[in-house]
Amino acid sequence: MTLDFSTTIAGVRFKNPIFTASGCAASGKELSQFFPLKELGAVVTKSIMLKARSGRPTPRMAETPSGMLNSIGLQGPGIDAFIEEDLAWLQTQSCDVIVSIAGETVDEYGALARRLRGQRGIKAIEVNISCPNVANRGQVFSCDPVTARAAIEAVRINLGGEFPIIAKLSPDVTDIVAIAREVIEAGADGLALINTLLGMVINPKTLRPHLAGKTGGLSGPAIRPVAVRAIFQVRERFPSVAIVGMGGVVHGEDALELVAAGANAVSIGTASFGNPMSVIEIRDRLSTLIQDHGFTRFSDAVGVAHER
Amino acid sequence: MRQINKAARHTTGRLLSIRKAGTYFHLVLQAEGIAEGAKPGNFIALSVGGDQSSMLLHRVFAIYRSRQDPSHGSVIELIVARSGKGTDWLVAQSEGTLLKITGPLGTSFPLPADPVNVAIVGGGYGAAPLFDLADHLKVRGCRVDAIIGAATSSKVFAPLEGKRTVNSVTVTTDDGSAGIQGRVTDVLPEIITRQSIDLIYSCGPMAMLRAVDDIARSLSIPHQVSVEEAMACGVGICMTCVLPMMRGDEVKMVRTCIEGPVIDGEEIAWDEVAR
Repeated sequence: MTLDFSTTIAGVRFKNPIFTASGCAASGKELSQFFPLKELGAVVTKSIMLKARSGRPTPRMAETPSGMLNSIGLQGPGIDAFIEEDLAWLQTQSCDVIVSIAGETVDEYGALARRLRGQRGIKAIEVNISCPNVANRGQVFSCDPVTARAAIEAVRINLGGEFPIIAKLSPDVTDIVAIAREVIEAGADGLALINTLLGMVINPKTLRPHLAGKTGGLSGPAIRPVAVRAIFQVRERFPSVAIVGMGGVVHGEDALELVAAGANAVSIGTASFGNPMSVIEIRDRLSTLIQDHGFTRFSDAVGVAHER
Repeated sequence: MRQINKAARHTTGRLLSIRKAGTYFHLVLQAEGIAEGAKPGNFIALSVGGDQSSMLLHRVFAIYRSRQDPSHGSVIELIVARSGKGTDWLVAQSEGTLLKITGPLGTSFPLPADPVNVAIVGGGYGAAPLFDLADHLKVRGCRVDAIIGAATSSKVFAPLEGKRTVNSVTVTTDDGSAGIQGRVTDVLPEIITRQSIDLIYSCGPMAMLRAVDDIARSLSIPHQVSVEEAMACGVGICMTCVLPMMRGDEVKMVRTCIEGPVIDGEEIAWDEVAR
């Protein structure tokens, strides 16, 4: 019995359902030291902004029980340098690429989309409207239905239908299904669920927030039940929308949980920090588990928890 | 921009031995494929806590020594200071424990082409990689004077075989419990003058590195520092270990796991380093 491990996200086929998570693989070059990137379903790049950004001061990281806080602030080279260097390099790797973008304004989202039109070697665009580290919390686009819709519309209009749009949402909202509805109506072809949750660690010795940026995004297995819940709720309401699931997947069993909740693909983030081979180990384990459950097609396992 | 160390591998290694060295622990690991490409100044990253660990992030350690062992093959030695739950777990492991190891990572100490006079300045367990460096410098005919500092005598890392390698060892402690009471920078200027030091290497806490760099700059002596920044991954993907560095006229936040840990002191924008 052979497994059809391929998955389809908004009409685009990927050879397997294991992706990197944005912001946890840079632009792929470092992980390629450990395995060929074409082994992955897709490389999802760090979120690229219009201009180069130096990010937040240090400390930028705190390990927490079964997780971590990060406060990077979308450090990156800006879209032009990204296209010239990182994307050009990725195009030589025979791997599928999803480019993640993040803007500070609705217009910036539009400008980023325009800049990516006509670029080769891109399978989809992830629109990160949920980074907790770029501005103060009130300005996270995906926490407000109006701004969430505006950002996705700006991308859709400027992208001209060239690539599918995956909207990355924050779980830090009262009703994630309502936000999902807004971005789907605005033209998102798929959803990335979930971004990090906003958190804080206070150093018990200094009694000051440990991170220089005070707050940071919580990731790792600590947030996995939140991811499973969010994916389950959105899948229940939108049976056919593409969902890229992520949130604390460390083992193949964890990936299967997200798939059963309704994820068409699973991104691996924090796990790569503690083991650069995680993505490959999780991919292989997930493949085995799905076959052990008697499936011959990965797609048949997607959302299976809703039927049991 | 520099790239990840091309010798880096991921492997499952084995703890061959662990013993106390003052307040530190001396670990010997079998790490297939890693010692082969390791150079003085490189580091490795370890997963801690076992397969079901709640500690997800890599713990990174400067390589103390690396070698090919007749019975164990590729061997890496570390000097580990207990600094939290991850290192507590690591030093509690017994011989035979399997460990996921990634390395060698980062930059290495550039070696001088000529047999020059070198000072190595180590603070606490930061002294460990400098003794391996000293071996390589001696092979090149360099004179090597070591200045090893720590808060107190039990934190001075100056192993016997390391002391034999170098031409002199000067120990300083904050509390005077070993060597000269004071800081490494209290004795460094005199040694620079006496031994006509041409080049300085340092590894230790950031405040010490900065103080050594102030002296090196004032005397126009080249200075290579090995920094220790908090890292989640060690392989260049998490962006947490950044340090403000001069890139042309601009200060850029640069990953110390890729462009460091060994950095030319002149490149660090010390005034912008978080304290």
